[in-house]
Formats: sequence, C-alpha cells, structure tokens
Amino acid sequence: MSQQEKVDKTRRNLVVATSVAGGLATVGAAVPFAASWLPSERAKAAGAPVEADISKLAPGEMQIVEWRGKPVWILRRTKEMLEGIKKSDDKVSDPKSEVNLQPEYAKNAYRSRKEDLVVLEGVCSHLGCSPQMKPVEARAEMGGDWPGGFYCPCHGSKFDLAGRVYKGSPAPVNLAVPPYTFLTDTSILIGDDKKGA
Amino acid sequence: MASPITAVWNWIDERMPSIGEEYRKHLSEYYAPKNFNFWYYFGAMSMLVLVIQIVSGIFLTMHYKPDANLAFGSVEYIMRDVPGGWLIRYIHSTGASMFFIVVYLHMFRALLYGSYKKPRELVWIFGVIIYLSLMGEAFFGYLLPWGQMSYWGAQVIVNLFSSVPFIGPDLSIWIRGDYVVSDATLNRFFALHVIAIPLVLIGLVAAHILALHDVGSNNPDGVEIKKHKDANGRPLDGIPFHPYYTVKDAAGAVIFLAVFSVILFFLPEMGGYFLEYNNFIPADPLKTPEHIAPVWYFTPYYSILRAVPPLFNSQFPGVMAMGLATMILFLLPWLDRDPVKSIRYRGSYFKYALAIFVVSFLVLGYLGTQPTNLWGQFGPWLGNADVATVAARIFTLLYFAFFILMPWYTAIDKSKPVPDRVTT
Repeated sequence: MSQQEKVDKTRRNLVVATSVAGGLATVGAAVPFAASWLPSERAKAAGAPVEADISKLAPGEMQIVEWRGKPVWILRRTKEMLEGIKKSDDKVSDPKSEVNLQPEYAKNAYRSRKEDLVVLEGVCSHLGCSPQMKPVEARAEMGGDWPGGFYCPCHGSKFDLAGRVYKGSPAPVNLAVPPYTFLTDTSILIGDDKKGA
Repeated sequence: MASPITAVWNWIDERMPSIGEEYRKHLSEYYAPKNFNFWYYFGAMSMLVLVIQIVSGIFLTMHYKPDANLAFGSVEYIMRDVPGGWLIRYIHSTGASMFFIVVYLHMFRALLYGSYKKPRELVWIFGVIIYLSLMGEAFFGYLLPWGQMSYWGAQVIVNLFSSVPFIGPDLSIWIRGDYVVSDATLNRFFALHVIAIPLVLIGLVAAHILALHDVGSNNPDGVEIKKHKDANGRPLDGIPFHPYYTVKDAAGAVIFLAVFSVILFFLPEMGGYFLEYNNFIPADPLKTPEHIAPVWYFTPYYSILRAVPPLFNSQFPGVMAMGLATMILFLLPWLDRDPVKSIRYRGSYFKYALAIFVVSFLVLGYLGTQPTNLWGQFGPWLGNADVATVAARIFTLLYFAFFILMPWYTAIDKSKPVPDRVTT
C-alpha cells in the first residue's frame, strides 16, 4: 500500500453491526422453513385417539389396531400366559417397569389396567420394528422354556407377554403402553385416558 | 487466413478468456504424474456415475409420483408400462450401488498411497463430505419406491435420532413430519433426493477437484512431482491430463460401462443385494418384514450399530459408535504420523493394519446383511450370546483400532527410503 490509511472506526462499526443484523435476519428467515417440517395440522388430526371393539376378543387372542400409524396390540391373556409372565420376572431387565414407558395405571405386575387385557405399542424399543407374537407353541424356534412372548425379527429382541424386554436383547427398554381407557366393558379408547375425550 | 473454427474460437476467447484459461488450467496444462496405475481410474469413474445418476434420475422424476398412495404403483408403472422405463429405473438403482463400489475403491486408493496426507488434507476432507452426502442421497432415495424395505429401513434410521438424549423424540417427529414415516416423510425425502443433496454434491465435487488441482495429484510412489521441474516450470514426471489421462480414463470408462451393462441386463437386483426382495412389496406400516437389512453399502456401519449393547437403558451408544465410525475418517490425515505416503515404502505395521481394517470392513459389511442368529448361539457358559454379534463386536473394535492406534503404529513403523522421482 502506498500510504497507510486509517480505518474509519465509525464506518467499520456500522459495517459490523449491519452484518450482524443481516446474519440474525437470515437465521430468523430460516425459522419458518425449519418449522414447515413439523407435523401439519392434518397429521396432528390423524393422530387423534381411536376406539376399538373388543367384544369378540377370546382369551389368548390378539387384536391389532392402528393408532398414529403404529400398530397397537390388544391381547386378552389366559391364566397360563399370566403365570408365564410371573415366571419370567428374573429373565427380564426391568420387571417392575421402572422406566417411564407406561401410564401410572399400567405400572404393575402385568402392565395393564385389567389383569387379563394388555394394551401395548407394537413397536420395538430398539429401532421401531414391529415384533411378532410367538406363543408357547413356538418353543421349537424360541428355545425350550419359552413361556410365550414377542420376538422382534429385525435384531432379535425378546419380550414377554407384558411387553417386558428380556435381558441380553438389543432393545434397551420395555415396550411402551399407550394411554388408554375402557369406554365400556367391550370398547376401548386408545390414545387418551380421560373418559369423554 | 484462419479457419472458420479458429475464427469463432478467437471471437469467443476475446470476449471470455476464462474458458480457455480454465481449460488449460484443469485439462491441457494440468500436469498429472505419469505413473498413475489401475487405482487411479475410480475418481473419473465416480464422476461418470454421478452423471449417469443425474440423467437417469431426471427421467425417472418425469413418471414417478412422490405420494404415499401412488409412489409404489408409479414405480411399477415405470417398470412395466413406460417405454424403456425398466431400463432407466434399473440404470438408476444399479448406478447407486456402482457409485458406492467406485467410491469405496477410490477411498481405498487414498489409503494405499497416502493421498490424504499433507498437502492434500482438504482434498480428503471434501471427499469425506462427498461420501457422507452420498450416503444421505442413497438413504433418501431408497424410501421413494415405498416398498416394505424402503419403509422399514427409513423407520429404523429415523428412529436412530429418537435415541438422542432429551430432544430425540421431538427430533425424529420433526424429521418425519408425522408420528410415523408417512406421506409427509416421503414428500420431503423426494425433495432432498432430487434437488437439495444433488446440488450439494455437485458443489462438493467441484471443491474436491479444485482443491486437488491446487496442490497437484499424488501418485503410487507418493512423491511430489512438483519438486523437479523443467525450464518451463513443468514437472519432469508430469504429463498433461488431456490428452493422456482423458484417453486413459475413456478406456477405463468403456470397461466400466461393459461391467455396468452386464449387471444391468443380467443381475439388476444382484440377488437381493442391490434391490432387496422385500422392496417389491408395498410399504405396510403394520407389518415388519421378517428381516430388515439396509442395502449393502450401509451394512458395515449397521453392523457397528447392532454390535454396541445398550447402556443406561438407551441405545444411543450404538448410534454414537456408528456416527463416530464415519466421522473418524475426517481425522485420518492427522492420525497418520508417518511422513512416507505410499504403501510401497511403508513399513509392515501399516500394511498389516490396513489388511486387518479391510477385512474388518468386509466382514462387518457381510454381517450387516444377515440376521444376528446367522451363526447360532454360544452355549450357556457365554450367556447364549449370538456368535455373529460377538464377531461383529470384535470386528468393530478392530475397525476403530485401525484409527485409534494409528498415531502409535505409524510413528514406530520402519519405512523404506522413498525415491526422489517416480519409479515407473
């Protein structure tokens, strides 16, 4: 440079201030774009609670309903199944449902409002696959003392019939219990636990 | 009297000299080492595949419908009813796998000859970002046919984000735009796949090549050809990229396209590896396929994810390990402390380490395509653990050991003297 020019402090400060303001405005302008990725009103409406008729559900039978696009299992357990759950207490990693994956009313031995009827989200807590029910009859495939439960085909996680995860499974925690309530003895509302919703 | 062509060229050159300047800088007067071997085909080839993917992709979007109700049907429509549609679709789906084959070989070349080392660190970093973008591109694209594997693969990968502490569940809802993978997810993945990531990729490829041409190409001897120049300032061991390497790469492209065609016409699904069988069944959110595996190019990382057991009731550690397995590539130029670049003159420690790394990557890749009960279980004395899971854990450790121990074994390695000039 031929001559040393002094930086005009005022102008330099104005340039910096303008740049900072412009940068903030750019970040602000990005907000509506990022927000456009949130669930739309339509998606939220589609996530509303669903009602299921359980009058025809026989003991040992499972019904699958769709709630928020997820399979929700409604299983009416037999006496033998409930005994099998008791027996697997020492094989599951969270027998008392300490991890908060269920509403308060399902934090009990069978993880359900009514002893026989269990409601579970059929989504593996590992990576979101849908496990399959393997009844006691599947012993040949699941090992000699299999008391009945669920098996995730993706990564081999095992759950008992209360949705409690077996020790050594890739799944870290139990299957989630969605909020639900009995509207009548034969009808159940999934997605909301306050009557009249 | 100048010929009409020369006259037209002169007219352009007077008005826009940068065309000629760039042509000389990057092609006719870009001096590349004269000893490039087989491994140096894959850079140009990956650009060829990029072009193939962009062209075939543009034509696919003319018939494809990014709508959860129509997507699967529109792909079948392309395959059955659009004239030549099956060919364009298979070019695109085979091209995706070929892209990764070529890129993996290109990256292996960098490991062989130390092309990531000073002064080419930025070339390597841009390359790793290209690789990561390519993985994103492939992942977003795989959802579009809306088959069972598209759907459940996306479900598994998006759920990885829900394991992030605190913000996880909200983050995955934000990514999906719904409580499950749905039409909203398909629509945004389509936008990312056909425009956002391709634009980024093209920009990154340009940066990768500009960074390379600023420092000059490495070569199988790992010596700097710019150290010895003739009176005109041209490297003695360099030859102009055009015509020498354009001709050589064209010959490579012919062989590549022949191989590509054989796969395209005879093995477009590659026995379920390039296109998985389950993806010919429409997506069904209520029914998980028996066995979920990503496409082969993701499986080494998928194996690492599966191998890490959950900690503190969270499977975030596995997700972290998977992320780390790719991110650690960025550090490679600084982990390697041996000044010698090429494997030709490096000591035996590095050779063994590289061999173990390649074997680990391949075994992890294979295990990732298979269910974890592949090799049965150990007896009760080992807690009935799956043999394949234990193997994946061992190879995951070896994968990371290659990088983490690198500063140590490259520092004590006994390398041979490096020649002053290229040897062949």
